[in-house]
Amino acid sequence: MNKNEDYRTTALIQASLRKRYARERRFRLYGMLAVLAGFVFLFLLLADIIIKGTPAFTQHYIKVTVDFDRESLELPQDFTSEDLARADYGAVIKLSLREMFPDVSIRAEKRRLYRLISIGAEYSLRDMVVADPALVGKKRNIWLLAHSEASSYLKGQVTAATEEAERKVKDVQMRWLNTLREEGRTELRFNTTFFLAGDSREPELAGIKAALVGSLYTLLVTFCLAFPIGVMAAIYLEEFAPKNRLTDVIEININNLAAVPSIVFGLLGLAVFINFFELPRSAPLVGGIVLALMTLPTIIITSRAAIQAVPPSIHEAALGVGASKLQTILHHVLPVAMPGILTGSIIGMAQALGETAPLLMIGMVAFIMEVPAGVTDPATVLPVQIFLWADSPERGFTEKTSAAIMVLMAFLIMMNAAAVYLRRRFERK
Amino acid sequence: MQTITAFLVLIAFCVVSFFLGRTRSQLIAKTRGGASLHSLPKHYGYMAAAWAFLPSVAILLVWTGLESSLIYSSVISGLTPEVRALSTDQLGLYYNQLQSFALDQIDEAGLDEAQVAAAQHYREISASLAYKKIIVVLVAAVAGALLALRRIKPTLRARNHVENMLEWMLFICSFIAVLTTLGIVLSVLFEAVRFFQAVPVIDFLFGLQWSPQMAIRSDQVGASGSFGFIPLLVGTLLISIVALFIAVPVGLMSAIYLSEYASRRFRAVTKPVLEVLAGVPTVVYGFFAALTVAPFIRRLGESMGLSVASESALAAGLVMGIMIIPFVMSLSDDIINAVPDSLREASLGMGATMSETIRRVVLPAALPGIVGGILLAASRAIGETMIVVMAAGLSAKLTINPLEAVTTITVQIVTLLVGDQEFDSPKTLAAFALGLVLFFVTLLLNIVALYVVRRYREQYE
Repeated sequence: MNKNEDYRTTALIQASLRKRYARERRFRLYGMLAVLAGFVFLFLLLADIIIKGTPAFTQHYIKVTVDFDRESLELPQDFTSEDLARADYGAVIKLSLREMFPDVSIRAEKRRLYRLISIGAEYSLRDMVVADPALVGKKRNIWLLAHSEASSYLKGQVTAATEEAERKVKDVQMRWLNTLREEGRTELRFNTTFFLAGDSREPELAGIKAALVGSLYTLLVTFCLAFPIGVMAAIYLEEFAPKNRLTDVIEININNLAAVPSIVFGLLGLAVFINFFELPRSAPLVGGIVLALMTLPTIIITSRAAIQAVPPSIHEAALGVGASKLQTILHHVLPVAMPGILTGSIIGMAQALGETAPLLMIGMVAFIMEVPAGVTDPATVLPVQIFLWADSPERGFTEKTSAAIMVLMAFLIMMNAAAVYLRRRFERK
Repeated sequence: MQTITAFLVLIAFCVVSFFLGRTRSQLIAKTRGGASLHSLPKHYGYMAAAWAFLPSVAILLVWTGLESSLIYSSVISGLTPEVRALSTDQLGLYYNQLQSFALDQIDEAGLDEAQVAAAQHYREISASLAYKKIIVVLVAAVAGALLALRRIKPTLRARNHVENMLEWMLFICSFIAVLTTLGIVLSVLFEAVRFFQAVPVIDFLFGLQWSPQMAIRSDQVGASGSFGFIPLLVGTLLISIVALFIAVPVGLMSAIYLSEYASRRFRAVTKPVLEVLAGVPTVVYGFFAALTVAPFIRRLGESMGLSVASESALAAGLVMGIMIIPFVMSLSDDIINAVPDSLREASLGMGATMSETIRRVVLPAALPGIVGGILLAASRAIGETMIVVMAAGLSAKLTINPLEAVTTITVQIVTLLVGDQEFDSPKTLAAFALGLVLFFVTLLLNIVALYVVRRYREQYE
């Protein structure tokens, strides 16, 4: 082996090394890119929803000079409060709008004009007059809720750039709205309706309160069932279960249940609880039971891990001073394991809160305007409300859907943060 | 309502019997000249409460379960023979009308006289049954408590007694998992069997056409009601494969990067952030897929001169892939971490680079586990509902072109069961047959995957 050859080998090795290092860097880069892709997806998802949903938290109002004329309200001379409740407030609003734009005379145009104001404005006027009958016969400047289409123009979501035929807000309406805006007759306010109202066919009147309360009831039922049953099952399996066929079957079952598609649980709920036991349809009771069965495996598995993590010394010390097995567990093991059990339960509840498919099966897709008063009332839950709104053709519902998603995600993040906090505290011990 | 009242009264009574039992045990100990009790006084109290509670609550549950059928048979037997001769469906409708009248006292207009009378009967009988129910439950509770109280003696091992009962309760709780599985299998199987009486199994499993709208008239054109399962299967697999194409490379590479390259701090921050993707409700993904991704793909396709359906398998699959990235990631991460360091060190010591070590040593060693993880991810993709319901479409086309709209098993279950429901039409029952298939397919995948993952793990432990 002469010097020359030696040199050549070194060169070869160096060349191949360069290649190998390049490959190494590339591989590392792919890994980075994969992680980055995950971040990008998450960012896109959240950004899309936040951008779409933020406008829903505000609502436009239009200042209209309303003339509470007795005759146009169609009130008799000596009206009672009942008459007031029945009076034609729609007509008053229409009249006021016509007075503001006197040059509108064609029927179709008039109808477009009326569409600037929400149908809900009639009811707010009614409530106003019923509360203060002295208003009749007077003229007032009143801020009325704008129609969602008008609002979407004022928010800049619809512009004149799109073809007129392809948008619901027509050119004339845009002109009127521009005039109103220049006169300072439009105002953007925080959308309280969204949090205080139930579902509605009109996007500007729709709110999430009924769905939120429905979710609350459903989760309540889920928690009341899944938590005690899950913890007790975990205690049994971890502390009492003999090693035999039956407990093997139970363990395998729990693992399998955790991976059963959620919609199958919906089929179970439909066939067993609604058809067989004849529990009420669309009710948080059935929804809660189904979700409890679904989250049970999560709670059992995490609770078992938490019980396992309790140091055996605690166990042995309690047994050593003469406590019975059950006393040992109830008085010593469980309190130590509790933070871990709660962590698992919160995660299970968060899963249940976001679940939709099984609830569709048991009829929680109804159109619910009223806030449910109990666990057997017809109700819907937040994810199902999102599903229903996402299906609505009106443009105004898109932002409502995204806003509802933001509320749902806020709850989920809060629950997960609570779980993380508990876990941290638990780890420190 | 009466059930809840009865239940609350029962609970109150249990509290009372707890105190009675406790006091009585102390009294007895005192009168017997300070004889020491075997258990603490509270255990005697628990025992008395349990004896009062358990039998009576069992009676309450059974009674509540039977109540409606008792009332039904009593009301029906009071009706005229003509009415009783009606078909089951019509009779049910008739009964429902009078029942809702009896409960809410509304819409009398649509009822005939016999129904109003029967509603009166219904009201009387349900009131008397409710009354009797409370009495019987309370009597059972009192009898149970008295029996327990009578048995109290200083030598009675009340604690063991109570603990035994509690242990049984614990066992029953863990048995609920088995009952749930049993419930799923039985309920789905039962309805599926009824479906297969109307539609032959062979037609279902191998039919190439899915159009579940039943013809209302026999001469009707267009709605044949064919239940061929193959298009749904192909659609489901197509979307799942698209999803895995996204999730497996991204998830696996992230897992490799995080477990082999990343610093501890980077990993501690990144992993939980990516796991947020797993916690996002599926309905949110569905919304994202239907309103953002699908139109985007469509525009993109059109600008390249392709025809893309507005609800394409690609859009649904893509978003589903994003959803299962964290799933693939954490499973692969676990498995890569389980590969012993000695293998890595040996390879690195021989002069291999990190990526060579990973590709030639770590991945082959982890492969069975990773495959198991991918199977689990696939089972999740097959069972996923909301994304496909919102973004995949309804047309059961037999195609493997991801740019077209396809439908899946879960979509069909939802569309068949939401809305009208008569439980004797094959249309509704078909949903249960699909549920049966879905359950068994995912169960099989899960069992295989869990077996593979577990078996592989043990090799290194």
